[in-house]
Amino acid sequence: MGGMARLDALADRLSRIVGAGSVLTDPAELATYDCDGLTYHRATPGIVVLPDTAEQIAAIVRACAADGVPYVARGSGTGLSGGALPRTDGVLIVTSRMRRVLEVDAANQRAVVEPGVINLDVTRAARPYGYYFAPDPSSQQVCSIGGNVAENSGGAHCLKYGFTVNHVLACEVVTPDGEIVELTEGPGYDLLGAFVGSEGTLGITTKVTVRLTRLPETVQTLLAGFDTIERAGEAVSAIIAAGVVPAAIEMMDALSIEAAEAAVRCGYPPGAGAVLIVELDGPASEVDSQFARVKELCAEAFEIRVAADDTERGLIWRGRKSAFAAVGRISPDYIVQDGVIPRTTLPEVLARIDALSREHGVRVANVFHAGDGNLHPLVLFDGAEPGAGERAEEVSGKILDLCIEHGGSITGEHGVGIDKAKHMPRMFTAEDLDTMQMVRCAFDPAGLCNPGKVYPTPRLCGEVPGRRTGVHPLVESGKADLF
Amino acid sequence: MAALDALAKACEARPGEAADAVQGVAPAYVAAPATVAEAADLMRTAAEHGLTVVPRGAGTKLHWGAPPESCDLLVDTRRLGRIVEHAAGDLVVKAEAGLALDELRGVLAGAGQQLALDLLPPGGTVGGVLATGVAGPRRLLYGSARDLLIGITVIRADGVVAHAGGKVVKNVAGYDLGKLFTGSYGTLGLIVEAAFRLHPLPSATAYVSATASDPAQALEMAQAVLHSTLVPAAIEVDGPDPITVAVLLEGVPGGVPPRAEAARSLIGGRIGESPPEWWARLPDGEVLAEVRALPTALPDLFAELPDGRARIRGSAGRGVWHAALPADGADEALTRLRRHGTAVALTAPAGARLDRWGPIPALPLMRRVKDQFDPGHRLAPGRFAGGI
Repeated sequence: MGGMARLDALADRLSRIVGAGSVLTDPAELATYDCDGLTYHRATPGIVVLPDTAEQIAAIVRACAADGVPYVARGSGTGLSGGALPRTDGVLIVTSRMRRVLEVDAANQRAVVEPGVINLDVTRAARPYGYYFAPDPSSQQVCSIGGNVAENSGGAHCLKYGFTVNHVLACEVVTPDGEIVELTEGPGYDLLGAFVGSEGTLGITTKVTVRLTRLPETVQTLLAGFDTIERAGEAVSAIIAAGVVPAAIEMMDALSIEAAEAAVRCGYPPGAGAVLIVELDGPASEVDSQFARVKELCAEAFEIRVAADDTERGLIWRGRKSAFAAVGRISPDYIVQDGVIPRTTLPEVLARIDALSREHGVRVANVFHAGDGNLHPLVLFDGAEPGAGERAEEVSGKILDLCIEHGGSITGEHGVGIDKAKHMPRMFTAEDLDTMQMVRCAFDPAGLCNPGKVYPTPRLCGEVPGRRTGVHPLVESGKADLF
Repeated sequence: MAALDALAKACEARPGEAADAVQGVAPAYVAAPATVAEAADLMRTAAEHGLTVVPRGAGTKLHWGAPPESCDLLVDTRRLGRIVEHAAGDLVVKAEAGLALDELRGVLAGAGQQLALDLLPPGGTVGGVLATGVAGPRRLLYGSARDLLIGITVIRADGVVAHAGGKVVKNVAGYDLGKLFTGSYGTLGLIVEAAFRLHPLPSATAYVSATASDPAQALEMAQAVLHSTLVPAAIEVDGPDPITVAVLLEGVPGGVPPRAEAARSLIGGRIGESPPEWWARLPDGEVLAEVRALPTALPDLFAELPDGRARIRGSAGRGVWHAALPADGADEALTRLRRHGTAVALTAPAGARLDRWGPIPALPLMRRVKDQFDPGHRLAPGRFAGGI
C-alpha cells in the first residue's frame, strides 16, 4: 500500500475511534495546522485527529503503531522551537478539546487538569482558593498545560519558582505502546522527571496533576531606567550578590524598548539604554525591607518607578510582555533566540553580541530574563531583501555559539524541537546524546512518537550499548547524517 | 586475580574484606577512582570482566534498599571529592560525587550560600544524596535533590562518560538524565559529578513548635500554616506521644519575627531559635519507610500505625513522611499505609519478610529503562524497585 492509501485507510480507522467529525483530512483544514509558534518551519500533517479522552489517544497511538505511521502531539501550537511541527506522512494528535479542569484540591495544593487546559485557566480556577499555577510563559493566555509539560516551560517568574517540572506531581501518559500509565513521584525511577520536558518524544500526556502555589501576601514591582546596559547589568549582579531572590528580574535594551513603545506605548523612561523590571513577592515584612534594598542597589538608574497597584504593575509588565510581538513594528521578520549564559558573563556576552551585530550589519534587540541569564535576542531582518535571512541565521547561530562557549545552553525554555536539533552536538558529545536516547529507546523503540525532534541523529534502539563499531547503520543506509 | 590486576591498572584497587560488605554481601574487590577518567577506566574494566558493581560514598545509606544480589566490585567514590567549580555570582556549584556534603556546606557558607538540602542522615556525600533521593524538612520550600540538580556526569555500565544538563539553572536542552539518576540507587550508572543551583543563606531563622492533642488537630495546625501567606520553609509533624507540629521560617532579621508571631497565633506553642531535637532526623526503628500521601491524609496515616512502638515524622506540607516501624508486623503496617498513598521500606532487618516497594505504576517502563542503561544487569543488581 502506498503512503497516501495507507493514510486513507488509517483515517478510516481513526474515524471509528473518535467519530468522523473529529478526523480532518481536507487539505484546507490540514493546512491550518502546518506549523506551531515557529512559523519558519512548516509541514502539512497527513491527518489531524481531535480526541476527547485518554482512551481514544491510546487507541490512536496503537493504530499508528500498527501501521508504522509517525505521530505528533499538539496542544495550542504556541511552541517556539517547532516541537509540534507535524509530519506530512503522519498523524497530528491535537489535545485542544481536552480542556476540563477536573479537580481543584486547595487543601492539598494541587489541581488535576486535562492537557488542553490553558495555562492561565489553571490559575483562574485556583484563585478563588487563594492559589495560582506558578509557571507563567509569556504565552500563558493561550498555551496549554500539555504543551507546558512537553516543553518544561518556564516564564518570567521561574527565577524564584522554578519550571513546570517543579510544579507537576503526576502525569497520566499514553506511551508509544498505546498503554495508559501513571508517572508519579512514587517508588522507582523518576520517569515523571524524565518525561516532563521530553518535547513530546516519550509519549502523550492525557492528565496532569499540578502543584498550586499560595498567592503571595504582597507583590512589589519597580521599573528602573539606566543609561547603559552595562549599568543595568551591574545592578542585577548587585541584587543577586545581596542575597535577594526576586520573583523576576527582566531587562530590555534600547532597541527592544523602541519596539515596545511603537507597539503598546508602554511609556518607559525616555532615553534609557536599558530598563530593568524587578519584582519581589512574599510576606510583606520580608518584601518591604528587601525592596528597599533593591532600590538602593539600583542607585545608578536615572529613574525608578514603583508600581503603586496592580494596574501600574500591569503597565510596567506590558512593554516587556509585548516585546516579541512588538518587534514586528520595527522589523518585517525576526528570529527569537533562547540561549542561556551564566549570569555573570552577561556584560561580556552582550558586548560580543553587539560586535556580531555591527560586523554583520544585522540588528539585534535584547530582551531577557536577566536573573537567570536566559537571553532572548531578537535577530531582525527583512525577508524580502536577498540574503538577509541567511545573514540573520548566521548571527543567530553565532549567538548560540557564544552561549555554549560561556558554559551556557542553547535553550532555556523554548525547547530544542526541530529548530535547534542541529545545535545539540555543539553542546553535548555524541556519547551524551547516545545516552539520552537510551531513554527514548526504552519508551519508543520504533521511533514513531514525534520523530526527528530534539536529537539530530536517531539512535538505533536494537543495538547493544557501547558495542557499536564502524559506521552507524542509519548513516550507511543514507537515512541519517552525522553532524 | 586477573580482574584485580586489570582494575588496579585503572585506579587504586584491593581485594574486598568482610568490613566492606553491603548488607552482608562482601565484594571481591574494592576500587577507589580519583578522577572521572579513572572512574571511566574502572567501569570499562568491570564491564570487560563482567563484574557486578555497587557504588558507595560515605556509606551512610548503604543499608537502604534491598541487599544486592551480587557485588563483585565496590566502587568507593570518596577520592572523587573535589569542588569542580563554585560560581558564587551565578549561585551554582559543581562538585564530584564523593564530596562530603558537610564539607560542601562549609565552603558555600563562606560565600553566604547553601545547597538547600537537609542531611538525612548526617555525613553523606553528593553522590549518596542523589542516588537515594532523600530530602528533609525544607523540601517544602526548596524541593528535593531532583529540583536542585542542574547537571550530572555519569559513567555508564559500559564505561562511557555521559553528561546531561549543564551549569546554568535554566536549561531545557536534551532529556533530564539527572532526574532519572536521582533516587536510582546505583542501578543505572555511576554518578561522578553533579551541578546544583544554590540559594543565599537566610540571615534570620525561627522555629515555632506546638503540641497537638491528636492527629486531627495536628492536621488543622499544619493546614493553617500551609494556607497562610507566611511562606514557611518547612512544616514538620512528629508523633505520636506527643504529636508535635513545628514550623521553620527563614528570611531577613526584620521579617522573620512578625512571621513567627503570626505562625504562633495560628498553632500556639513557642518560638525558638533552634529546632526541636527530632528535627531533620530520621525516626529510629527496625524498619524505616518513606511514606507519600496527600497532606490531608495525615490522621489516616497515624491511624494505620501499629500501637506503641511506631513513629512518623516528616513534611506535612509536601506529604512526604518517614515512618519507623517494629519489624514484627511491618509488612501489614506498610500494606495499611499504602491505602492512602505509597510506602517504601528503606531499611529492614536482614531476612525480614516484607514487600519493600508495594505497587509500582509504570514498572514495565522502568525495566526497559534499566535494560537500556545496563543490559547485563550488573549495576547494583536487585537493590531497587521491582528487583531491578
